[in-house]
Amino acid sequence: MSEVKNVVELEDAVIKFVGDSGDGMQLSGTLFADTAAYDGNDLTTFPDYPAEIRAPQNTIAGVSGFQIHFGSKKILTFGDICDTIVALNPASLRANLKWTKKETIIITDSDAYDDSALEKSGYKTNPLTDGSLKDFKIISAPFTTLIKECIKDLNIDVKTTYKSRNMFALGVAFKLYGKTLDHTFHYLEKKFATRPQIVEMNKRVVKAGFDWAATNPQLECLYNIPNAKMEKGRYRNITGNVATAWGLIAAGERAERPLFLGSYPITPATEILMEIVKYKSLGAKVFQAEDEIAGICSAIGASYTGSLALTTTSGPGLSLKSEALGLAVITELPLVIVNVQRGGPSTGLPTKSEQSDLYQALYGRNGECPLIVMAASSSADCFYSAFEAAKLSVEHMTPVILLTDGSLGNGSELFKIPDTKDLPKITAPLAKANDPNYKPYNRDEKTLARQWAIPGTEGLRHRVGGLEKENGIGTVSMDPINHELMVGLRAEKVQRVANYIDPQEVYGDQEGDLLIVSWGGTKGVIRDSVIEMKKEGYKVGHAHFKHIMPLPKNTTEIFGKFKKIIVCELNSGQFVGYLRITHPEFKYNQANKVQSLPFMIHELKEKYYKLLEK
Amino acid sequence: MEQILNTIERSNVELTKEDFVSDQMVKWCAGCGAHAILAAVANVFPKIGYRKENFMMVSGIGCSSRFPYYVNTYGFHGIHGRANAIASGVKISNPKLSVWVATGDGDSMAIGGNHFIHTIRRNIDLNIILFNNMIYGLTKGQYSPTSPMGSVTKTSPQGTIEHPFNAGELVIGAQGTFFARVPDNNIKLMTEVMFEAARHDGTSLVEVLQNCIIYNDKVHAPITSKDTREDNQLVLRNGEPMLFGAGNKKGIRLNQTRLEVVTIGENGITESDILVHDQFQQDPGIQLMLAKMAPPLYPVAMGVIRSAMYPTYDDMVEDQITYAKANSKILTVNDLLNSGDTFEVK
Ligand SMILES: Cc1ncc(C[n+]2csc(CCOP(=O)(O)OP(=O)(O)O)c2C)c(N)n1
Ligand code: SF4
Repeated sequence: MSEVKNVVELEDAVIKFVGDSGDGMQLSGTLFADTAAYDGNDLTTFPDYPAEIRAPQNTIAGVSGFQIHFGSKKILTFGDICDTIVALNPASLRANLKWTKKETIIITDSDAYDDSALEKSGYKTNPLTDGSLKDFKIISAPFTTLIKECIKDLNIDVKTTYKSRNMFALGVAFKLYGKTLDHTFHYLEKKFATRPQIVEMNKRVVKAGFDWAATNPQLECLYNIPNAKMEKGRYRNITGNVATAWGLIAAGERAERPLFLGSYPITPATEILMEIVKYKSLGAKVFQAEDEIAGICSAIGASYTGSLALTTTSGPGLSLKSEALGLAVITELPLVIVNVQRGGPSTGLPTKSEQSDLYQALYGRNGECPLIVMAASSSADCFYSAFEAAKLSVEHMTPVILLTDGSLGNGSELFKIPDTKDLPKITAPLAKANDPNYKPYNRDEKTLARQWAIPGTEGLRHRVGGLEKENGIGTVSMDPINHELMVGLRAEKVQRVANYIDPQEVYGDQEGDLLIVSWGGTKGVIRDSVIEMKKEGYKVGHAHFKHIMPLPKNTTEIFGKFKKIIVCELNSGQFVGYLRITHPEFKYNQANKVQSLPFMIHELKEKYYKLLEK
Repeated sequence: MEQILNTIERSNVELTKEDFVSDQMVKWCAGCGAHAILAAVANVFPKIGYRKENFMMVSGIGCSSRFPYYVNTYGFHGIHGRANAIASGVKISNPKLSVWVATGDGDSMAIGGNHFIHTIRRNIDLNIILFNNMIYGLTKGQYSPTSPMGSVTKTSPQGTIEHPFNAGELVIGAQGTFFARVPDNNIKLMTEVMFEAARHDGTSLVEVLQNCIIYNDKVHAPITSKDTREDNQLVLRNGEPMLFGAGNKKGIRLNQTRLEVVTIGENGITESDILVHDQFQQDPGIQLMLAKMAPPLYPVAMGVIRSAMYPTYDDMVEDQITYAKANSKILTVNDLLNSGDTFEVK
């Protein structure tokens, strides 16, 4: 057979590896992504896994996937419609057909389409032979048969052989997109250093897939995706949860404060806990609490004691922390609360992403209880957002809720590694030992932050707590006028943070017909939609908010420069509701989606077109 | 009392009660048992001898939880039920502090029950003073998890139908390493027991049978009043026989698998038949039986019932950090950022 020679150059491509939960698709996807990154492509990734750990084999419920969008341009999203789907069984194919277009390439294992698997996945007839996939480019092969052939001399059991199908598929995908096997070989050698036979088997299988694809006529052409023009420097692929963890650790170092995390596991936030706990060598103290309440309360105790204190959770956990958040607000202590949002209410859609906890973050407490609310805008941005959340928290002596979401947390993108000396310094407003003027609720004139008097320091013994304080002195006070004063001061303190954050940027036109407003994890897809609109000649701008409470000071000015405003968010209209309260002078349109799925560019653009026509 | 040996920095001047008096007016009802607890704490802190800045009081919500305002230390008045969780963070974050928790029976055994058992299980080095007045004081007289079955309160007009917790049993069940009990009218014993609590490495639980004169007056009187205490209290001393009653004529002996009250001189009983208290015994079997003793069959055990040596959570945290620092390649955030798979774009 002759080699496939025809090579087509592409700017970007979306590939998704799907299969049963036990099929190793997360690994295939990760290896593909790492290889693309080493090759110089920009990329973002997203794992799409079910809530169940191992749902019954071959059912739709058990489908697990990993998607990669890679290219020679700046990649802002993990993509919606796939150019290629690698499906290891009929269920995963069926579940993912909604992400295909005409001519999507489907790489699949024809051995996997036996009667039982077809039935469990809900297929009446075999889609590979019944003509239902005729619009797609099918690349199918009997993976298991071919694998057995190439490792027959290794004496490997049937189960292990079967488990290497993901490697065969990966080999095919590598060939299709002009990638090499070096990184994967290196990974296998390191990962299974003590099991040379497993290394040998996997290497052979991935190579077999690669070679099979090289000569198979089902591949009409191969693709080449040139290097992205990225800024010089050292990079790594990073998930949002790891980036959040690292941003917080970096903040501890820059603030010269020990790090304390009190947390309770919850999807999709657990990785932050699991990540920080690895770095005891950096002094991180991690307390896996008995529940979310103990998580935040231990963090408050640690904060009083002088640590950069953190608690990480997802929606239901944030609900449990509400009362304690009020305690952190009234005691005016620094505390970073990370909420990796998921679909709600209640347990909701634990492994899916949504932006529906904004109201909870802004308002979900008793009393008048303002705190800083921020939202990270991409996986790599989680690093900088977490760092800034900690900086603002410490310097302004107030809790900060940082909102990320499941897509950002689990998704990844390339991250240019900074040098910590280039990160801003964090200056904790520490009270000085034996300061005769120290009073617990004396405030800095500019920020209104009180001082942090760390237990153990001479001459600063004092008490704080959840009862209302007399301003300045800090003793308990039930005085009505003082209470109103304190309510005002706490609110003003948070508002003044606006003096210390960057002004809001607008991408694209600075004035024009439509301002597209978004916040949090949707930045990439909305930016892509705006780029397309601009290419089509529309006068549109994009304001993506990272600071929500307080809003940047120039918000009014920006909003005033556009004829129309549309606020896009993955909920039924929370940020827009907040804008209607804080900036009622403008009229807002909305684009909302509450399917625990990301926006698609075309559905956003339809909304824009409609508005622009009117 | 001897000096406590640990890493908390000691005061280089002699401290007195006055060093710990705060400028806040004490607002408990006159006759409330909490006053005695405050007096005992003021007695014991100077004796413990740490720098005064190294004491830290944490509380939840309740009458008892106002305590931090009344002692001049670093203090934190938390939210209902969460004192132990807050204190855990304080101690783990700064193990050089002597951390004291003031909490009520509702605070620690109802709303905060979860934190209570887990704090104890972890053996974090905290000194918890449990003000057990068997009632919710601050909310004006509802029954609590320690109210005896049948208690008539504002929320149980026909009497409670719940089995109460015995704090000692709960502590030992949660693998507690230190449990002591004292009546609020014996400040001397309270002071001694608090000193022992401070000396103990790990979670020390001191249950004070505290009178709430307003909502549950005399609930402990059958044990603590002048005319009942001799027969109804057994004050335990490590290494000494468990004798009580007028002229120390009564004692506790182990009869097969159960404790039994006996009288010296009756049925051939001599002092050698009487159990000798071993608070340091790791096996909590007898200590648990002691903690559960109650009239009419038994006296109530007072003093240090259990004080067993186990590693503390906070020490192990420090050990793991020390080990990691000595053995990891990642010692700065720059090391971390550049660890693992990275690549260069030129
Ligand atoms: C979340 C919450 N629920 C309920 C209350 C009301 N509350 C305050 S103190 C208390 C019970 C106090 O009883 P206890 O802990 O035994 O303390 P005491 O007042 O008897 O010392 C209750 C129910 C509260 N403050 N917070
Ligand atoms: S109500 Fe009871 S517990 Fe509260 S202060 Fe008064 S006497 Fe003490």
